[in-house]
Amino acid sequence: MSFFETLRSGLEAIATHRLRSGLTVLGILIGIAAVILTVGLGEGATASVNSAINALGTNLLIVTPGSSTTGLVRGGFGSADTLTYANAKALANKKDCPDIAGVAPQVQAFATLVAGNNNWTTTVYGSTPQWLSVRGRTMAEGSWFTSADMAHAANVVVLGQTTAVELGLFNPVGQTVNIDNVPFTVEGVLASSGTSSSAQNQDDLAVVPLTTAEEVTGTANVSNIYLQATSQGTLNAADEEATNLLLQLHGITNPTEADFTITTQSSLVSTATSVDKTLTVLLAGIAAISLLVGGIGVMNIMLVSVTERIREIGLRKALGATPGVIRRQFLIEASVLGLAGGLAGAALGIIGAEVIPHFISNKIAISGFATAGAVVVAVAIGIVFGVYPASRAARLAPIEALRSE
Amino acid sequence: MGAPGPAANSSSSHTGRPLVEFQNVWKTYVTGAEPVHALRGVSINIYRGEYISIVGPSGSGKSTFMHILGCLDTPTSGRYLLAGTDVSKMDEEQLAEVRNRRIGFVFQQFHLLPSLTAWRNVELPLVYAGVGRHARKVRALSALEQVGLGNRADHHPNQLSGGQQQRVAVARALVTEPDVVLADEPTGNLDSRASADVLAMFADMHKAGRTIVLITHENDVAAAAERVTRFRDGRFIEPEQAAA
Ligand SMILES: Nc1ncnc2c1ncn2[C@@H]1O[C@H](COP(=O)(O)OP(=O)(O)OP(=O)(O)O)[C@@H](O)[C@H]1O
Ligand SMILES: [Mg+2]
Repeated sequence: MSFFETLRSGLEAIATHRLRSGLTVLGILIGIAAVILTVGLGEGATASVNSAINALGTNLLIVTPGSSTTGLVRGGFGSADTLTYANAKALANKKDCPDIAGVAPQVQAFATLVAGNNNWTTTVYGSTPQWLSVRGRTMAEGSWFTSADMAHAANVVVLGQTTAVELGLFNPVGQTVNIDNVPFTVEGVLASSGTSSSAQNQDDLAVVPLTTAEEVTGTANVSNIYLQATSQGTLNAADEEATNLLLQLHGITNPTEADFTITTQSSLVSTATSVDKTLTVLLAGIAAISLLVGGIGVMNIMLVSVTERIREIGLRKALGATPGVIRRQFLIEASVLGLAGGLAGAALGIIGAEVIPHFISNKIAISGFATAGAVVVAVAIGIVFGVYPASRAARLAPIEALRSE
Repeated sequence: MGAPGPAANSSSSHTGRPLVEFQNVWKTYVTGAEPVHALRGVSINIYRGEYISIVGPSGSGKSTFMHILGCLDTPTSGRYLLAGTDVSKMDEEQLAEVRNRRIGFVFQQFHLLPSLTAWRNVELPLVYAGVGRHARKVRALSALEQVGLGNRADHHPNQLSGGQQQRVAVARALVTEPDVVLADEPTGNLDSRASADVLAMFADMHKAGRTIVLITHENDVAAAAERVTRFRDGRFIEPEQAAA
């Protein structure tokens, strides 16, 4: 019996048992789509957190006020007002801290910006001219504020792309924007950081000179200080230098009583990644279970299908089919069902990965490995549980098969 | 004329090698507490072109004999030669070929595939014989024509009467032009009209030179054959004994 004949007869059998075939395909389809989406959800979360952290800059150390007892990432900013602009200036001193290349203290607050008829509430940062290089940003138009602006506490502002758009400013440079009713001149617009679609949008912000911000807030305390190490290799040294200097400036002798915390960017990434890894493993586990359940369904349908058709197998044998022909026919049936379910499931998963993020804030990253793995597993389940009983039935004496109920 | 051989009822009008030779064939089923001997030393020769009927009480082992004859089942002991070849020495592939080329089976329960139309059922053995698609259709339709169902080729079995279904099954047994047609109570589920139709077809086949083995309960059906044999307790019985 030629391959073409076998294929035809397999496809006919599938068409004859439409409902059963449909259920088999559905079982495989749902299992695979679930695997792709759940694994993709986990990987998407990891990827977006990583990109958000990396968008902060490179080789960063972040000093925040307050102590960290757990050593883990802290949810918010410290409550203690322990960091000052003076601290930041001291950290910029090359003699004490040779491994720190840049220092950017930040004051941050929510404020409402008004330009013409538009208003927009966003985070306004007060910082030093070094902010641009420490945070790894570049200008899209206009210029960054200068040391002179800093010295005069000038009312100048640099906008993020999103903020500029929301304020309806198409040629923002030189225009006036009111921040909490104080007029500021727009000096420039930052180039996009590429995180505008994520929850931590680094393009929705405004930056003013730190001195100007201090005048507005009336305090010399800063929210945090971003330090940039001279290189990846000096991160630890920079950490140590900053810790020692700040302990000394704050008059603390016992390092465990430090009233500030220094977090490295890489520790942020690894903490976030390990949290997301756990999430991914958990989701993959759920996906594997749904694939298993789908597989059991497929197995069930296949077993029933073969049992129901033992008489057919017996008759085909009585008419001259060899066991090999019978096996091939069921192999083709099972592979066609498995592949149809597998491909439809992969397609559904991939479409879901495109569509679902429009409704929820999470990103879904398609993992080629998980997709291929799920398809292979589903097809294998279909084949094993379709072909194994069929090949057993094909070895029966035809009369036994014909007599079976 | 010739000396009576070991085989019962060997017809003296035939010469040369028998098509079918059973030598002391036993079939024992071990399912329950004690084994059931369905066949107890069957010996028979069947020659090419014979039309032979087998009558006997229910449970005497007629169907079991027929299944072994059709290579659908294997004997527990004894020898079965088909066209001079020992069937027990054949592997699965060879058996499949024998079932396909040499044997045409007509079952009491028809055994048609419900999902296929009449002509697709009839062409099935040709599919396994590797006959091309076009030739299969031509031959299947002509076999259906022979059994008087040329106008029902595209009907599914559930759209046919019992008699028509059995005729489709006969067409399927004919289509490969097998050495021997085996029919196990082919008229068992049919009324007298339909039975007469089927028997007429067997008579035609016999005239055309085909070997036919027919199992039946009914003496008038058996009488249609040129050679009537009797079966009892798992073996053929001598004609004298049967007549007694
Ligand atoms: N698969 C089996 N397992 C166990 N015993 C069997 C099996 N098949 C047949 N038998 C037994 O073998 C004996 C012969 O059965 P067989 O079907 O050959 O009889 P038969 O002559 O065809 O009867 P009938 O005229 O009723 O069809 C019976 O006693 C039956 O119970
Ligand atoms: Mg019987």
